[in-house]
Amino acid sequence: MSARLDVRKTYKLFIGGKFPRSESGRTYKVTSDDGAFLANAALASRKDAREAVVAARKAQPGWAGATAYNRGQVLYRVAELLEGRRSQFVEEVAAGEGIKTKAAEAAVDAAIDRWVWYAGWTDKVAQVAGAANPVAGPYFNLSVPEPTGVVVVLAPQSSSLLGLVSVLAPVLVTGNTAVVVSSEKRPLPAITLSEVLATSDVPGGVVNILTGRTAELAPPLASHMDVNAIDLTGTVGAEGVAWGELEAEAAGSVKRVVRPRDSEPDWSQIPDGPRRILAFTETKTVWHPKGM
Amino acid sequence: MSFEYAPAPESRAVVDIASSYGLFIDGTFVEPEGGKTFKTVNPATEEVLADVAEAGEPDVDRAVAAARRAYDKVWSRMPGSERAKYLYRIARLLAERSREFAVLETLDNGKPIRESRDVDVPTAAAHFFYYAGWADKLEHAGFGPNPRPHGVAAQVIPWNFPLLMLAWKIAPALAAGNTVVLKPAETTPLSALLFADLLRQAELPPGVVNIVTGARETGSLLVNHPGVDKIAFTGSTPVGKRIAAEVAGSRKSLTLELGGKAANIVFDDAPIDQAVEGIVNGIYFNQGQVCCAGSRLLVQESIADELVDRLKRRLSTLRVGDPMDKNTDVGAINSAQQLERITTLSQAGEDEGATRWTAACELPEKGYWFAPTVFTDVHPAHRIAREEIFGPVLSVLTFRTPAEAVQKANNTPYGLSAGIWTEKGSRILWMADQLRAGVVWANTFNRFDPTSPFGGYKESGYGREGGRHGLAAYLAEGSAL
Repeated sequence: MSARLDVRKTYKLFIGGKFPRSESGRTYKVTSDDGAFLANAALASRKDAREAVVAARKAQPGWAGATAYNRGQVLYRVAELLEGRRSQFVEEVAAGEGIKTKAAEAAVDAAIDRWVWYAGWTDKVAQVAGAANPVAGPYFNLSVPEPTGVVVVLAPQSSSLLGLVSVLAPVLVTGNTAVVVSSEKRPLPAITLSEVLATSDVPGGVVNILTGRTAELAPPLASHMDVNAIDLTGTVGAEGVAWGELEAEAAGSVKRVVRPRDSEPDWSQIPDGPRRILAFTETKTVWHPKGM
Repeated sequence: MSFEYAPAPESRAVVDIASSYGLFIDGTFVEPEGGKTFKTVNPATEEVLADVAEAGEPDVDRAVAAARRAYDKVWSRMPGSERAKYLYRIARLLAERSREFAVLETLDNGKPIRESRDVDVPTAAAHFFYYAGWADKLEHAGFGPNPRPHGVAAQVIPWNFPLLMLAWKIAPALAAGNTVVLKPAETTPLSALLFADLLRQAELPPGVVNIVTGARETGSLLVNHPGVDKIAFTGSTPVGKRIAAEVAGSRKSLTLELGGKAANIVFDDAPIDQAVEGIVNGIYFNQGQVCCAGSRLLVQESIADELVDRLKRRLSTLRVGDPMDKNTDVGAINSAQQLERITTLSQAGEDEGATRWTAACELPEKGYWFAPTVFTDVHPAHRIAREEIFGPVLSVLTFRTPAEAVQKANNTPYGLSAGIWTEKGSRILWMADQLRAGVVWANTFNRFDPTSPFGGYKESGYGREGGRHGLAAYLAEGSAL
């Protein structure tokens, strides 16, 4: 009896809730840590990046307009679906990162737990970061954090799922939408995550995922005039990328910039606060007179 | 109907202006190494007030080195409770010498004495008083258990509220434990230099605050100095972008408070007399030289004619002239250069087809003056509807529905402030949610308070000044996870 031939998956981009190939028609070879062929991933172009920004902008008001409770439920639901795909993620993480199954399991478990941790922040962050300000006069004065808008996320190069989740989930909490450039050499868990997102209740366009060369995709996204913020975490270890140049590009539209650390952080650490959430918020302060 | 007022000038005898000023470095006034100076003038009379030192590279080096020494040896080792007491001292001294500061500010800036006396100086003192209390409570401020200062903060401030912007910058920086090198604007250095004298009365340790005067080049030397850990800039959006690009790739922390083109939105059910006062306050306060000025009036179509008529009647009663006169509502434009910009953009408004109305008033012969001006028939594409004029010029646009008001209000790269005028509470709250602006004033405008965070969305900058949020700009990040 001959062994059954498995049905392989075509890895594509995730833009506006759909799975297009790159408009350029290009792909690149993704290998395991020890060099074995894993897949041909889409090699996204600048045009794909622009399309992703358009999709993210379109989805942003709706996502921000949902109640915090609703966003919390929708994000929690993603964790439920991640749990269901656990074994697939373990396989992809182990192969891509070249780590043992046990370590991959730990990373995937931590990623799912991280997602749950952030999901719980949606209806709490305004209470922690907002304020009723005691102004010296007869005025009601309230400050609240609001999403900054469209956020470009350069995902970590090494930690292909836990790192990705650790930078993506906080962006979504307050109602931002995201354009993610996945780990260049380890893009497969990001695409599998997009399949999870597509079958979850996260509206199309809220998360858009590009696979390809960070050095090709990051500059046009950093200089894009309709992007509000950029997380440069994934510049660490990315080939041909200088984060300072991207930050300089980002200055052209006064983008909010999260700078990278000198080396990729240890993502297994639980965040010490909602810092990553707040990095992509704006504080709005509203005044109104009091009187009879 | 017109009222005649007898002149009621404030006495300038309360303040001594020296004929020349050095740089305030390490607790003393020193001459600039290159010996270069520039003149600061009273914009209401064009009278030269003083010669002021222009700091060059060696001077900026010295100032940053002094700030670093003071940080390492004194300020970072001092308990927060002691820093607090210095800040309280400063607040008290400002209040004690308030008239002196108000008169000097008006002479150097051109703003009405009523504003410098009732707004700028008391709010500056209040800012120090507020942040003083934070200095020994930082671990309770919600920024982690062990919040750390950056080190040396470089601060560059504008000319529209010279002393108040100084207070917004220095008070939270010192409370958080940083030391400071501050550069005031070249047209309004005098209140910062008088503040240096106040610091000596407060016996603030030398080097904790250093003040270097100069123009754009001095500012550029300061923000690009490798010995600086944190930069706070208030000014125009183009300069803010340039600084952000220059700082890119360094590890310097940066906050920016930049330009604005605020929409002041009036619905048909608004309390109309209050709205008219709010519009006037929104765009003619400080001659409209306010980054959060309500420079775009969005009025619901059904009441547009009536509102504009009432507004013009009210503007005709504004008293434009001698800033030192206690009855003056609108003072002088800060500089010839700024007057030129206002004049050019107003001309563009006429050229592009908007209808210009200017309040009938006699302007003094000397000095820089621009009469309150209103443009109607303004199209959203006109330059006067898009660009920050930074002068007493209001552009009136109309809308029909709340959704259209939101769309027009947000149709700008800026996002600093906005105003809403309506008696309907649910509409205020809905509008406040929709507007992409850092400060939303509902049924009021241009209110400021040390406890209230201020700062922009989009190209109006990032970071907040004021309140607990304002401390964040002066504390280093911990874990980046």
